[in-house]
Amino acid sequence: MRSTTPSQDLIRGIWKENPVLIQMLGLCPALAVTNTVKNALAMSAATFFVLTCSSILISSVKSLIPKEVRISSYILVIATFVTLADMLLQAYAPVQHKELGAFIALIVVNCMILGRQEAFSSRNTVYRSLLDAIGTGIGFTIALLMLGGFREILGIGTFFDIPLFGPDFEPWVVMVLPAGGFLTLGFIVLAMGYHEERKKARAVREGASA
Amino acid sequence: MSDQTLFSIFFSAMVVNNFTLALFLGLCPFMGVSARVETALRMGLANIFVLVLTSLSAWVLNTYILTNAPYLRIISFIIVVASLVQIVEMVVKKIAPVLFRQLGIFLPLMTTNCAIFGLAIFQTNRGYDFIQGIVFAVGAGLGLTLALVLMASIRETSELSDIPAIAKGTGLTLIIAGSLSLAFMGFAGLL
Repeated sequence: MRSTTPSQDLIRGIWKENPVLIQMLGLCPALAVTNTVKNALAMSAATFFVLTCSSILISSVKSLIPKEVRISSYILVIATFVTLADMLLQAYAPVQHKELGAFIALIVVNCMILGRQEAFSSRNTVYRSLLDAIGTGIGFTIALLMLGGFREILGIGTFFDIPLFGPDFEPWVVMVLPAGGFLTLGFIVLAMGYHEERKKARAVREGASA
Repeated sequence: MSDQTLFSIFFSAMVVNNFTLALFLGLCPFMGVSARVETALRMGLANIFVLVLTSLSAWVLNTYILTNAPYLRIISFIIVVASLVQIVEMVVKKIAPVLFRQLGIFLPLMTTNCAIFGLAIFQTNRGYDFIQGIVFAVGAGLGLTLALVLMASIRETSELSDIPAIAKGTGLTLIIAGSLSLAFMGFAGLL
């Protein structure tokens, strides 16, 4: 498993294998709490914390975990850190904790976190797992901020609670409702597909002219 | 203790606050198993079964075991869900091997299905009692099945239509889900 360099471990998760936009993992939190940028940020911070801590712990004790019960052990480790994150948020950011509600507990079943443990931390060194976790965490944060940004700007007319359009703006309420989450992500995925198609077409054209 | 009537709990879980289309729970099977109506229906039924069992166990845990240690809730719920799915898997394999083969990987994947875990958390937060919990679970399960089957039938139909290349796959599924979610918002006035 030495086919990639450490810097590749870090940047891979940010865009090329972005957990939400490319791999479609961890969609529940990505769509449910991104109606404002603030909520998106709190959610990504909590997920980042859980992902990094579990990756460090699991990669350092990976030789002690029997293969047969590895998934259950990962889940237990993740659940422990989620409980910690839940308590920390409750203590230091009670408003955000109330807004996110049950979705903090639901970080446990975020397939992205379990996926990284199974695919990476269980067979790589602590240092590389840490880089991988940070990269994936940043990718997750970017995706959530994109979703939250679009939805807050269009649906409420503010960005990070700062009004953008003056009093005449008619908010596009549907964007902050559940349907808006699906539609925003759908349009982002379509835009990325369009970009890929054009890149491919350009490569073909250049190949033909050369 | 919650003083909602049983009907309003059931109806709210099934359509108004549909788990998939309003709360975004259980999106993985929603995206993964919704290509064929028949598989979608089976998956939905398996979900109802596990949801009811989860609701039962969450109630037992909350009432008898976790009264003094609420901070262990997340950890104990996930263990219960994981073992339940394992048991259901073994039972289905024993008594209905055909169904077991059809569901394939999605049966064990139910462990990380947010809908199951979410049900236990929501039930606890809202303080449902035994009967309310069961009604909530059945409503939520029927809602999931409804969303899955609707999605699968739309996707089966759209397979024959002329879709632009970029929209094939996830993009289209998400837009359809958005439209379905919009339609379900119409039920919001009912409660």
